[in-house]
Amino acid sequence: MRARVWGCRGSLAAPGPDTVRYGGNTSCVEVRTSDGTIIVLDAGTGIRALGLQLESENVRSVHLFLSHLHLDHLQGLGFFAPLFNPDVEVHIWGPRSTVRSLAERIGTYLSPPLFPVRLSQIPARLSFHDVSEDGWDVGGARVVAMPVSHPDSTVGYRIEDGGRVLAYIPDHEPSLGVDIRTIEPDWISGHALAAGADVLLHDAQYDDNEYPLRIGWGHSCLEHVLAFGQIADVKRLVLFHHDPLHTDAVLDELSARAHAQWNGTGALDMAFEGMEIDLSTELEGAHSELADADR
Amino acid sequence: MPAVVAQQKSLVLILARELASNIATPMFILDRDGMLVYYNEPAEAVAGKPFSSVGEISATEWGDSYSPRAADGSEVDLLSLPPGVALLKRKAAHGKLRITLHDGSEREIEITAFPLFAHHDEFVGAVAIFWDANGKG
Repeated sequence: MRARVWGCRGSLAAPGPDTVRYGGNTSCVEVRTSDGTIIVLDAGTGIRALGLQLESENVRSVHLFLSHLHLDHLQGLGFFAPLFNPDVEVHIWGPRSTVRSLAERIGTYLSPPLFPVRLSQIPARLSFHDVSEDGWDVGGARVVAMPVSHPDSTVGYRIEDGGRVLAYIPDHEPSLGVDIRTIEPDWISGHALAAGADVLLHDAQYDDNEYPLRIGWGHSCLEHVLAFGQIADVKRLVLFHHDPLHTDAVLDELSARAHAQWNGTGALDMAFEGMEIDLSTELEGAHSELADADR
Repeated sequence: MPAVVAQQKSLVLILARELASNIATPMFILDRDGMLVYYNEPAEAVAGKPFSSVGEISATEWGDSYSPRAADGSEVDLLSLPPGVALLKRKAAHGKLRITLHDGSEREIEITAFPLFAHHDEFVGAVAIFWDANGKG
């Protein structure tokens, strides 16, 4: 199983000269399982370039896993090239709603006046699936999704393939109203998804001094994500969903502080656009030296 | 590698616990199987000891320990009390009753209980809130 980050910015795309190394596109991660199945985690603006890549490879089947439907995780969907190819089948998975179907909720965005093309006009063969905590198989991978602490219906994913586990919880505030270091792991939101994972991509939107003014917004600060990664005993923690206000320089500072504070036994990295993670061959900080050549 | 996903409480119960941990009203959380899985610090005055020293126990075992009676002192069916209604009938309920505290004293309380659904077809447990019937909170 391999993963590639196409977007790791949170909340809003943040292109510009101050974000060129970590990237400005919002959440999108490509996962290729050992049998070649293509899974796409979230449809942030990063999915546009991924779509072009998949088209160039003549890919005919894609599984898109949406963590939730906030715009920074959905905004790129209308620009995902495979959607406009009638020969492609796209399976879209997302969290259940208590009221409306996944297609109806996505259709709210993919319809005028917010978008010129209606969902019903998309040429690709679309199918929509509610995710299940019981898990399901995609290609040779076993996938589990569970609700996590974030405003509106939101899930995280755990993908297991060939004995390796990739966990993805891009928007998550497990420490809301509680010190997770003092409670049992089964009471911690997202713990079952992340427990023992080889790689965990996790929300790290805020610096610790920013968090007090953003409690309840659904995101983690550095202290919280480090505690979560340590408790979950992940082998590699990748800090993801960077705040749009955090420039490359700020993220470098956060990275240094994170490494200084990290008490986990595994590796620690900052996500960046173009980051590649090969779970089948290496697990220790691979490709973590963000653009060493650029520094 | 972990082949099986670890056991975890429902997110709705987790959020309920977070609420309970941050309010001054005694609050008890039951899972869908009728286990008392958490109560907060204000509830310790009713329970007599912190939850950490009690651990998860069945709601009936827990309820029995308080010898609940109707407001007039008559016996009541445990399952007809608000937590039982919330668990078994999955409806909100409110009632007044007498209980015997851990120190042997009697107290008149009111209980509000309601079921928790993650989705309309996914019952995950119930919450019971205790009120001092004499208005002491």
